[in-house]
Amino acid sequence: MVLGCAVIRPWGLPEAVVAVPAAGAVIAAGAIPLDHAVAEAARLGPVIGFLAAILVLAQLCDDEGLFHACGGWMARRAAGSPRRLLVLVFVTASSVTAVLSLDATVVLLTPVVFATAARLGARAKPHVYACTHLSNTASLLLPVSNLTNLLAFAASGLSFTRFAALMALPWLVAIAAEYAVIRRFFATDLDAGAGAPATSVSPELPMFALLTVVGTLAGLVLTSVLGVDPAWAAAAGAAILAARALARRRTTAPAIVRAAALPFCAFVLALGIVVRAVVDNGLADALGRLVPAGTGLGALLAVAVLAAVLANVINNLPAVLVLLPLTAPIGPGAVLAVLLGVNIGPNLTYAGSLATLLWRRVVREHDTAVDLGEFTRLGLFAVSTALPLSVMALWVSLQVIGG
Amino acid sequence: MAVIVWIVEGTWPACVDAARAHASEGDDVVLLHVTGDEMPGAAHGAYAGLLGRARPDRDPGTRVEGMAVAAGERLLAEAAGRLGRPCARSERSGRVEREVVAAAEGADLLVLARDGDITHLGPRSLGPVSRFIVDHAPCPVLLVWPETTPSTSTLPPPPR
Repeated sequence: MVLGCAVIRPWGLPEAVVAVPAAGAVIAAGAIPLDHAVAEAARLGPVIGFLAAILVLAQLCDDEGLFHACGGWMARRAAGSPRRLLVLVFVTASSVTAVLSLDATVVLLTPVVFATAARLGARAKPHVYACTHLSNTASLLLPVSNLTNLLAFAASGLSFTRFAALMALPWLVAIAAEYAVIRRFFATDLDAGAGAPATSVSPELPMFALLTVVGTLAGLVLTSVLGVDPAWAAAAGAAILAARALARRRTTAPAIVRAAALPFCAFVLALGIVVRAVVDNGLADALGRLVPAGTGLGALLAVAVLAAVLANVINNLPAVLVLLPLTAPIGPGAVLAVLLGVNIGPNLTYAGSLATLLWRRVVREHDTAVDLGEFTRLGLFAVSTALPLSVMALWVSLQVIGG
Repeated sequence: MAVIVWIVEGTWPACVDAARAHASEGDDVVLLHVTGDEMPGAAHGAYAGLLGRARPDRDPGTRVEGMAVAAGERLLAEAAGRLGRPCARSERSGRVEREVVAAAEGADLLVLARDGDITHLGPRSLGPVSRFIVDHAPCPVLLVWPETTPSTSTLPPPPR
């Protein structure tokens, strides 16, 4: 009972304020032996450092005006056509999510996409929905794209490049499925045209930030080939941009520390320890029966669906923490199938999971009564198309490249 | 006569032109734009889905809300320019179809454009939002085609 409360509260209350004491409590109560907790923390530590570096990198890119410039580029290339704009939004959102993580797409790119559509006089809804969906669907490609990937990456034993190679095809297939669904779902809005010609001059592309991101990406591949922890490449990229921004007085040291989201990092660490305690105390046996062994197409599909359901009930972060210890022994194929489920699945529910939705309903953070019907219908089409197709693509990748 | 012209991205010029053609000089013309909840809602939801990043100041939905109001006002200014005569502007937010119906109460004419399949004559030329408004409008309605009106050759064959 005590354990149950400790677990449910951090999911409902997305705050380190609750999760850290909860982690302390499970250790104090002996629900998890201290050495297991230490091992979990040691495993999560580098992952969280990696995450913090990417968050800082994305924020500094925004400070340099990279996302603003993306908006100008999309407006210019769209040439007044909403359908062309949608293609450009897909290209931009997929790249930003893959390289700078889903946080960057949700927090930094979505407002830019809205502003771009509004500037063209086009209806912004298809583009904004595409952006929020792609922050999940397009986060399959690289370990840095999503925290779930980072956690799985650490558990799977795959190298950075092998992870990317195996996920490239599922990533492309999932994005293509998402594109087909959104284009059809919003056909009317896309046909309505755009009023204003793109007249304003586009802002200059911040070449230094762009080159740093490209360099960081190259560094991630290089470190992986050399057998060094790729987190160092991400940290180097963030450090280069930070040094320049500090030298030019574009940012301050406290702003950089804030961008690293330290409370969030503490929260992830605490959540990891709490979930480990729950998994050790019986959840592994209960769910273990549901996780099919084997890496055939059927088994992969079952794992992905289970992961998607779990991500929708709780949230994809605890879902992946629960499922990793159960799937890691089966092999990388099963771990990657979990990722397909937990990354694509959250598009089904507004707010990513029922737990978050219920929590938001309780606290009434925003008084707007959002039309959940349309959101859920779109999610249903998108997930039911993208998930099975991307699992098939993963199976093909595993056959060709080998797990 | 009080004329309400519903301004929507993409299709509004046809409505403004229709208002200019059908309203006489002394009529009160109100240009109405409604910002839907869905887009800020989608952004709020996506941010809420990021478990643990509880920093309300970074919520993109709040930024989108502010931008949506500004964009609506810009659109109304553009429409007023095209109308080229004195008019009132009204910017609302909420559920689009319900806000338009509420705004049309007591008006003598509501001007709106079809927002469905505009290549064929028929019921599909009304999308769910304009269908709701036409069905529930508490005043006379002027329903215009946003671009060229399809010819009668697009009629489906008569039932046998």
